[in-house]
Amino acid sequence: MMVLILAVVLIPLLGATINGLFCWFTKRKAHLIAVPAIAIPAICSLVLLGKVLHGEHFDQVLYWWIPLGDLRVPIGFLLDELSAVMITTVSFVATWIHVYSIGYMDHETPRGYAKYFCYLNLFVFFMLTLCLANNFLLMFVGWEGVGLCSYLLIGYWYEKASAANAGMKAFIVNRIGDFGFMVGLFLIYKHLGTLLFSQAFAQAEHLSVGMATLITLLLFTGATGKSAQIPLYVWLPDAMEGPTPVSSLIHAATMVTAGVYMVARTHAFFNMAPLSMEVVASIGVATALMAATMALVNNDLKRILAYSTVSQLGYMFVGVGVGVYAAGIFHLFTHAFFKGLMFLTAGSVMHALHGELNLQKMGGLIRKMPITGWTFVVGALAIAGIPPLAGFWSKDEILAGAFMGGHKVIWAVGTFTAFLTAFYMFRLIFLTFFGEPRERHLYEHAHESPPVMTIPLIVLAVGSALAGLLALAPHGGIAGFLNRTLGEAHGAVHHEGSVVYVLMAVSVAMGVAGVALAYFMYMRRVPDTVALAANFRPIYTLLYNKYYVDEIYFALIVNPVVGGSRHVLWKFVDVVIIDGAVNGTGRLCRLVGSGLRYLQTGYIPDYAWMILVGAVVIYWIGRLF
Amino acid sequence: MGVGLFQYTVLSVLVFLLGALGLMIRKNVIVMFLCLELMLNGVNILFMALARCRGSVEGQVIVLFVMAVAAAEAAIGMAIITTFYRNRGGVGVDRADLMKW
Repeated sequence: MMVLILAVVLIPLLGATINGLFCWFTKRKAHLIAVPAIAIPAICSLVLLGKVLHGEHFDQVLYWWIPLGDLRVPIGFLLDELSAVMITTVSFVATWIHVYSIGYMDHETPRGYAKYFCYLNLFVFFMLTLCLANNFLLMFVGWEGVGLCSYLLIGYWYEKASAANAGMKAFIVNRIGDFGFMVGLFLIYKHLGTLLFSQAFAQAEHLSVGMATLITLLLFTGATGKSAQIPLYVWLPDAMEGPTPVSSLIHAATMVTAGVYMVARTHAFFNMAPLSMEVVASIGVATALMAATMALVNNDLKRILAYSTVSQLGYMFVGVGVGVYAAGIFHLFTHAFFKGLMFLTAGSVMHALHGELNLQKMGGLIRKMPITGWTFVVGALAIAGIPPLAGFWSKDEILAGAFMGGHKVIWAVGTFTAFLTAFYMFRLIFLTFFGEPRERHLYEHAHESPPVMTIPLIVLAVGSALAGLLALAPHGGIAGFLNRTLGEAHGAVHHEGSVVYVLMAVSVAMGVAGVALAYFMYMRRVPDTVALAANFRPIYTLLYNKYYVDEIYFALIVNPVVGGSRHVLWKFVDVVIIDGAVNGTGRLCRLVGSGLRYLQTGYIPDYAWMILVGAVVIYWIGRLF
Repeated sequence: MGVGLFQYTVLSVLVFLLGALGLMIRKNVIVMFLCLELMLNGVNILFMALARCRGSVEGQVIVLFVMAVAAAEAAIGMAIITTFYRNRGGVGVDRADLMKW
């Protein structure tokens, strides 16, 4: 088992190392290393998942990384139901994204191609480390590592100012969250004296409720940064500057789920802090709603998907926040399939249209690229919660959990958001793939992508369609499986027949209603969208400008920091004080030297005189003392 | 009146001062060089006198050392002076003014 786990973690690292150090050699062949370097771990993690299904667990310290007095931090791995599901999802989706990238990154320079695959492998390595770590610090290593890799990959086209800025934004916003996470770790170590998961969770009940609340809120701060929740979600839409498979891998399927995973992993703490749970669920549902509304009016293909990711992450946090951890992780699992799929199809569309992202210029593309179009429809049906596709099962479990747990408001908002989700997704579909082409020129040149790109689409579409059926597996389905680690849902949700069916019916109705509304608005033009936008001008403007959140952050935080740095730190502290001190030292030396230099006559007898006088003076001084 | 330690000391100091004075007021590098030798030999006289007076051998040994060093120094010094003469067209110390403020 240990060999398999090490293989899962280290093979991607090996791939990244080879492509990183020998990119001048691998060049166009980089994928020959990178794809197996992630496919092998995917197979290994399937095997591991099978072992875990049979009840095997692994929690072992391999090496004491920081043995420092009382502070002993190991490199060690933990494989249980939760991490098994995580690594399987991550490595499986990542494999297909790697394959897809072969086609998508075709136009890059050979070096850039190898560099891209190096980063991609490195990213998967850190993500798997994060999921398999058996202590907080190693988890944090993975946590920071994925942040680093997302920075590198978002800024992959760093010659473009917007890409470089988006990379920085992602990194800085993540750092803010990470700060909270770190303080949380310090508090855990201070109060429990250990960073090992097994020990920390076993002693969790020794924490006072207040301390547990503080720790969990700090950990959740980290999660809001990594998983793009209010107030730190702003980096994710901008992160679409990276290559599209990167958006698919990092910003849909894997990295952003780290926060959800972390909350589920530390459920022992969260269970002790009801207030934190409330906060998590509330932030989750608020984010879900806010991001969904922002997606309603956006015209950028990838940004809509980005907001949709933020929104779906909100659902996951609702799930873990109301105590149905398994449902949250289940949604993470299904979401990885359909969101990974949708980003890849978006990439396929971009590929066909030479980078065009504006929905208003597309239309009718399904006739040109049927595979891309229909797989996207599958993904959209899945996210809209139409049974029997994946999203229905997981979203429904979250909403049912919220309803049963007594969070009626959260349930209502979540259900409404499900309606919005279906609406904006099908708005996107109708504008992109159906109707009449609005830009003849673009349409004429569109073409279906090569098989290396469409096969991953088909595989992920099958996954999106079928993954949800795991909910029906024996022994309580995937939820029952995960609950072996996560414990019975907090405030135990027992599915009482009729209520569950009513809830299901409501969410399906919401999904269908959203699809139908989108159909009428964008295919039949009733009611007319332009007139609607005109009638609700203030709301439309507010949504179109993303609630001005970026502007507010700029006005409140970025500009004061930049202004303060410029006018105080640079113009005053640096220029006046530091430069003044440095230049002043130099000027003083010159002043003294300009007087003393006249001693240097260059005339040897003068020096002889000075030696003599000096010798006599020293002699007399010696006599005096 | 025999020649004792006092007389030797006086002679030694006189030779030394003569050398020092010459070193400071003469401008010809070769003469200055000779004055330097004079100073060294002034000290040598004192060493020898004291060694003889005290009946010890260390002073004589040191004198031999000083003479060896002086010989080496003379060789190098003359080489420098020769080069200096070639480069500067004379042996006056005032010609060595590159380091002047």
